Amino acid sequence: MTTASPSAEITTTVKRRSPLAETWENLRRSWAGMLGLTLIIVHIIIAVTSPYWVPQDPYEMNAEIRNEMPSAEHIFGTDKLGRDVFSRSMLGGRVTLVVTMIAIVIAVIWGGLLGIVLGLVDGKADELIMRVVDALLSIPWLLLLLIIISVMGTEMWVQTLTFGFTYGILTIRVARAATLDFVTSDFVLSARARGEKKRTIVTRELLPNVRDVLLVDGSMNWSWMLLGFTSLSFLGFGVAPPTPDWGFMIAKNREIMAIQPWSVFGPVIMLSTLIIGINLFSDAFAKALGLDRSQGAPV
Amino acid sequence: MSTCLVDVKDLTIGYYTQRKKLVHVLMEVNLQIKPGETLGLVGESGCGKSTLGQAMMGYLRSGSQVLGGSVEFVGHDIFNLTEKELQSIRGRQIALIPQNAGDSLTPTLRIGNQITEAIELNANLSGDAAENRMIELLSQVRLPDPEAMAQRYPHELSGGQQQRAVVAMALAAEPEMLILDEPTTGLDVTTQAHILNLLRDIVAETGTAMMYISHDLGVIARVSDRVALMYAGEIIEDTEVAEMFRSPAHPYARGLLESIPRLTLSGIPHSMPGQPPIPGTEPGCSFAPRCKFSTEICTSEVPELRAILDGNHLVRCHNWESVLSTDFTQELEQVFHTIGRSTHDESAIKLSGVEISYYRPGLMSRIKSEAEPPATVSDISLSVQRGETLALVGESGSGKTTIVRTLAGLLPAKDGSITFEDFDLSVGVDKRPMGICKDIQLIFQNPDASLNPRQNVAEILDQPLKLYFPKMNRDQRRERQIELLERVRLDGRYRLRYPGQMSGGEKQRVAIARAFAADPQVVLCDEVTSALDVSVQAAVLDLLADLQQERNTTYIFISHDLAVVKAIADRVAVLYQGRLCEVGTVEAIYSPPYHPYTETLLGAILVPDPDYEPQLLASDTPELAPPASGCSFQRRCPYRLGEICDQEIPPWQKIDPDHDHSIRCHIPIDELVRMSRGRELIHLNGRSKSKVDPAVLVNSSADVELSKPETEEG
Repeated sequence: MTTASPSAEITTTVKRRSPLAETWENLRRSWAGMLGLTLIIVHIIIAVTSPYWVPQDPYEMNAEIRNEMPSAEHIFGTDKLGRDVFSRSMLGGRVTLVVTMIAIVIAVIWGGLLGIVLGLVDGKADELIMRVVDALLSIPWLLLLLIIISVMGTEMWVQTLTFGFTYGILTIRVARAATLDFVTSDFVLSARARGEKKRTIVTRELLPNVRDVLLVDGSMNWSWMLLGFTSLSFLGFGVAPPTPDWGFMIAKNREIMAIQPWSVFGPVIMLSTLIIGINLFSDAFAKALGLDRSQGAPV
Repeated sequence: MSTCLVDVKDLTIGYYTQRKKLVHVLMEVNLQIKPGETLGLVGESGCGKSTLGQAMMGYLRSGSQVLGGSVEFVGHDIFNLTEKELQSIRGRQIALIPQNAGDSLTPTLRIGNQITEAIELNANLSGDAAENRMIELLSQVRLPDPEAMAQRYPHELSGGQQQRAVVAMALAAEPEMLILDEPTTGLDVTTQAHILNLLRDIVAETGTAMMYISHDLGVIARVSDRVALMYAGEIIEDTEVAEMFRSPAHPYARGLLESIPRLTLSGIPHSMPGQPPIPGTEPGCSFAPRCKFSTEICTSEVPELRAILDGNHLVRCHNWESVLSTDFTQELEQVFHTIGRSTHDESAIKLSGVEISYYRPGLMSRIKSEAEPPATVSDISLSVQRGETLALVGESGSGKTTIVRTLAGLLPAKDGSITFEDFDLSVGVDKRPMGICKDIQLIFQNPDASLNPRQNVAEILDQPLKLYFPKMNRDQRRERQIELLERVRLDGRYRLRYPGQMSGGEKQRVAIARAFAADPQVVLCDEVTSALDVSVQAAVLDLLADLQQERNTTYIFISHDLAVVKAIADRVAVLYQGRLCEVGTVEAIYSPPYHPYTETLLGAILVPDPDYEPQLLASDTPELAPPASGCSFQRRCPYRLGEICDQEIPPWQKIDPDHDHSIRCHIPIDELVRMSRGRELIHLNGRSKSKVDPAVLVNSSADVELSKPETEEG
């Protein structure tokens, strides 16, 4: 009796690439995604470097040149205190970006981890926490933000934590739903049958699979958070004046919009290019990760 | 004009990838189907058989395009018709029966309405005439009580009944041609046998032509007049069904037929090395790299599909003459091999009176003190020896997986005891010491699901190594990974691959390597070969047998495929509705006397032999829950005695004191023996009609002698 069993030959046609490299390859082929990414990067560069190159001092008031239309000196004109709108627009995203970027990371981490754990344990704790989440989500988000901010104050770190907390609640649901797709899968079952600890199952088996969903959800939430932060600023609960801030600029300058529309357009252009950039990137990112079913799996 | 119903000429279909690379799916396919003929289109996954089936109806998967050739249906060039003209052909002259009937029925419409809709659309009948036709169709597909059936919703029908309803819908306009894409895949063996009988009857009654697409050679042998075999997007052999199964002329056809486990031959079949190429990427014959007949010309020149012998046999091979010069029947016997192993007379796992239930009483039912439904799995007493393979056999819902999950600690047992090395296994995995967890490993059916797509092979194999051997350092683990990969016959370089970069068989090898990384005593195999192609299945069975021999591992092997079980198991336990019916050595189970359920199962098996006819004993009515009392098989049993079967749990009857074979039935053993006289080895009845090598018969009747010499007839 021979046990002539073939040894599987290695096929050389398969390129050995990690899923991350694969995702980058897919993303690079999407012009919308690359445009979005470029917009985001440009915004970050502007936020970091603008104090060193803006043409005018964004804080300097000049009563003689109030409400002036754009000119060579003042590209977006001046506001009613005679400050340069262009320079203020460039600097106006600094606080917003810092707060929202830190907050979104906080939101994804705590919301994501809690969501995954809840998806895995599936019992009384899950039931209880999810009802609390539902209750919190039933409060309009702006109201919820206003309540917390008005109680806790408007310091930057308070705002960061508030946004991180509030948007994390949204992430819990997403992470839990994504986890439920995997907890009954054979590879998690296999890990459980091996006797792996819950922590290992979360970090080794679930997190790498839920990660994609969390990243996409996080980048989409980022744009919502930007709108949220700008809304708060608009209402006067954001950045303390005279620090330039898009939301606050829009709120203050809308009174002179008929005379000097560029005082509003400036911050609006900046805010919308960033949000469009984030959305374009998020969509392409989801497709590159293969999360968008309508596009089919990447070949 | 040809007399063909369908004439596929040089059809080439392909698509462009995102990187603008052309990938072929079909390569110059030529195929004719005559009116009233049943053509079996067979091939392994990815060979393009479904694409061809869809192309015949003018469908192309999105992104695919016709790169050359044509499909003619009664003189119309399908791909030159307008959408409107196509619609007038689809459903009326050519109808499709898809694989998953449940998915193709609308869940919110009654069966009757859905069929009537098809009749109104395609057969130009309306009102009462359509209604009458619908009832007529339902009875034509042998659905009991058609009027009542028409009032039901799809979810109220079983899988087999849903498939019948879909067949009825396809027959609405009496089409000239039916295309069936794996219509019985996923159904139980008995249901499958019933559906195939129905299809044969329909062909006989209506004279419609059929193209039956399947990967299952047993099914193809049962239904086809002619068989076309596909490989890497090409048709490589096309001939009468008897020719195809008796003396295939293409080396791939031979390899494929040799890799199927058979009830008539003992041991593990031969496996084919390598895997199919992407269509159109080989400079010569697409099978040349895997072919043992390959000569110089094969790697340089693409062979034509040419007529050989009497002209009815088409084959795409340069060396068909040397292939045909060896007798296939003889070759077949030589390739089956057994792997010797020693079983110790020491029990590894012992189950006694095990009961498992998914029922968790809610508050209300506790207050009302409602009666508990019968447990999903009940009264299981089995003992597995060290180093042996025990197979659990039964249809879906028989409790096989439930038992294995309990052994793996994923489900607690409700009652009874399970002992493994003096340890009680009836507790969940979290209450077991690590040493016990290490000794019991589980391999799943589908490697796509059981391997984490986000881990590469090194990480996958690292999980058990880190868990069970915490003292191993990184280098030792790396060494062990390579050693494990070599044991499952994969190159060490596979460490860096992700599951998505491997074929199905390779993935299953990795899953096996992961189980063996723990160096376990017991490996639980849950349908480990069911998701694999036949040619790969044989290699995996071979590998499992080898690994078992090396370390004297105990296997508990679940399968619905009785031929696979015969190839690998030492002992078999037949389950129905979570209760044991018959337990015995593999020789004893496959020879009479049989438990009525075992006999039903064996009778429904399809074998790759066109002369073989399955024997249908029981109905294919599925049961959702075990009966409250009495024998679990009472409602479907063809030999029901009466009241006693409903009320009393049947006793275990030992067949022969010397042999390990017990049947749980109220029918006395002598009676079972008498009943099986003249019917022994059901699976051989068909074969004995055909020209079969006497050695095969002798070989199998030897099995009969082992358990019950007096039942043997000449």
